[in-house]
Amino acid sequence: MPDKKVLIPLSGDDVAPRFDLAPEVVVVTLDDDGAVLDERAIVLPSASAEILCRLILDEKTDVVVCGGIDDEYFQYLTWKKVKVIDSVIGRYDEVLRRLAAHALAPGDVIRPDQTSKTEISSRD
Amino acid sequence: MPTNPLVRGLFERPVELLNLLDEIPLGLALLDPQRRIIAINRTLETLTGFVSEEIEGIHCRFVLRSNLCIHDCPLDKVSQLSAPTSVQGNIVNKSRQRIQVRLTASAIEDGDGHVLGFLEAVENLGAVSDRLSAGVESLALKGLVGSSSEIQRIFQILPVIALTDSSVLITGQTGTGKDLVAETIHQLSDRAKGPFIKVNCGALPEALLESELFGYEKGAFTGAVTSKPGRFRMAHNGTLYLTEIGDLPLSLQVKLLSFLDDKTVHPLGSSRVYTVDVRVIAATHRNLDEMVKKDKFRQDLLFRLNVIRLHLPPLVQRGADVRVLLDHFLKLFCARFNKTLKGFSPEAHRILLDYCYPGNVRELRNIVEYAVNFCDGRVIEARHLPQYLTVPIPNEEIEAPEQLNPHEKNNERSLETPDRALPAASLDWADVEKKLILEAMTKARGRKGKAAAILGWGRSTLWRKMKKLGLVGK
Repeated sequence: MPDKKVLIPLSGDDVAPRFDLAPEVVVVTLDDDGAVLDERAIVLPSASAEILCRLILDEKTDVVVCGGIDDEYFQYLTWKKVKVIDSVIGRYDEVLRRLAAHALAPGDVIRPDQTSKTEISSRD
Repeated sequence: MPTNPLVRGLFERPVELLNLLDEIPLGLALLDPQRRIIAINRTLETLTGFVSEEIEGIHCRFVLRSNLCIHDCPLDKVSQLSAPTSVQGNIVNKSRQRIQVRLTASAIEDGDGHVLGFLEAVENLGAVSDRLSAGVESLALKGLVGSSSEIQRIFQILPVIALTDSSVLITGQTGTGKDLVAETIHQLSDRAKGPFIKVNCGALPEALLESELFGYEKGAFTGAVTSKPGRFRMAHNGTLYLTEIGDLPLSLQVKLLSFLDDKTVHPLGSSRVYTVDVRVIAATHRNLDEMVKKDKFRQDLLFRLNVIRLHLPPLVQRGADVRVLLDHFLKLFCARFNKTLKGFSPEAHRILLDYCYPGNVRELRNIVEYAVNFCDGRVIEARHLPQYLTVPIPNEEIEAPEQLNPHEKNNERSLETPDRALPAASLDWADVEKKLILEAMTKARGRKGKAAAILGWGRSTLWRKMKKLGLVGK
């Protein structure tokens, strides 16, 4: 299986509430076992959904994990074969851990008290 | 903290706080001093798509997802001013819709002025903003524009319909403004402060439509990890607009009939029955009477929906309205695209007035949008109009109207409202757009970015239109 490139718009240590208003992103490369091979933070020149879409395509991103996203951009990225896991609420490290464990789904809300020690169960 | 705390001292017996908040037709969020959600009411659940129990303890900016949350949080001002603050902005809900809202925040203090938490009220301004952006208010009711006797009759009757609480059935050809009329009835009615929930009965598969309309309980089926209230319950104290009601499967017609009879909802997997106060407005471009004759639509449901029937005339029957609408959409698109155009040249005006608009107001709007986009001067000339209006198309290039209709395969064409015959030279607007896109893509040698630049659109606009027109490969 090839490595997977993931882009997560951030606001501080959390997944940014809005895709179009995220001030920075982190681009992570995961191997098939979920281990982090590479991790880069990119501060955006200005918050913009168009700029983010371009960056996502330029980076050849496989998966985007984000909070709220306008349908137009969701459909566009999906059409570009980018998997979008949206409406995710939680801290970046925990979200990434769940993603690596194939246990992250759209709409997941990870409360601050749900630490990485919490057992992850599949949604179905 | 209990999931539904009691309020004591106001009434003879304690009452549940959330039940009180649910009755208020305004989105409300109770926050702790750290701005974490304590509870949200049903209206805010409807607006954001989040269920109160799943977001308890989450910071409000992750739930409201407003543009104000980043730089202009009203709660900051409340803390500084010690007074309620009201600001306008937008939110993106779980359905990925952007909604204009007014946020009013106030601090909840004890008797000594210590802040114990916050109350945020979220008012949906979406429909209001759409109307304001229309710009033209004369000869108009809400977003409806026209001066002909046909449309004036609609203007007169709409406030009367809004005053009643009866079911409404709106019929009319595609592009005549059924959605706008339904929303106008809601906005003019006593339910205006309540939600206006739209469901397209033709857009979802039967099983999904049932859970979407009636909701389900947690654990009702695999994947039902949380309870979903369903559109009927979300529309409580408001209006449920069922568009394309003619496409509603027969099994759901029975359930809708049952709801119209007793106003109760039975979510999937739940033994509980919910009584909701919802006005139902339905619309279709199909001829329901014909469908009843062919056993494709229940007669008893038609009788219940047909309490008030409103038929919207096609544009060709609205005489002088074409001129009014041309001016209206010209102003609208000039403002939207930041252009200063004086108007139409006499020739362009003549072509537009002579055209028969089989796609009605929507087609007229699209033509003006196209012309404003492509106009490089101060006046829209004939050459700026879509080619199919100015260049006669040989008969052999034109498909028969039935072949242009996607329902033709299902042999449902005969069930539609009888249309006047399409003139030989009129192509569907979608076909024209498809042709334009293909030409631009050919010029750009398949590069979509360049094709978008040629057309003067953004990449995502080009993609959206390509997807709509079926030009996107799997």
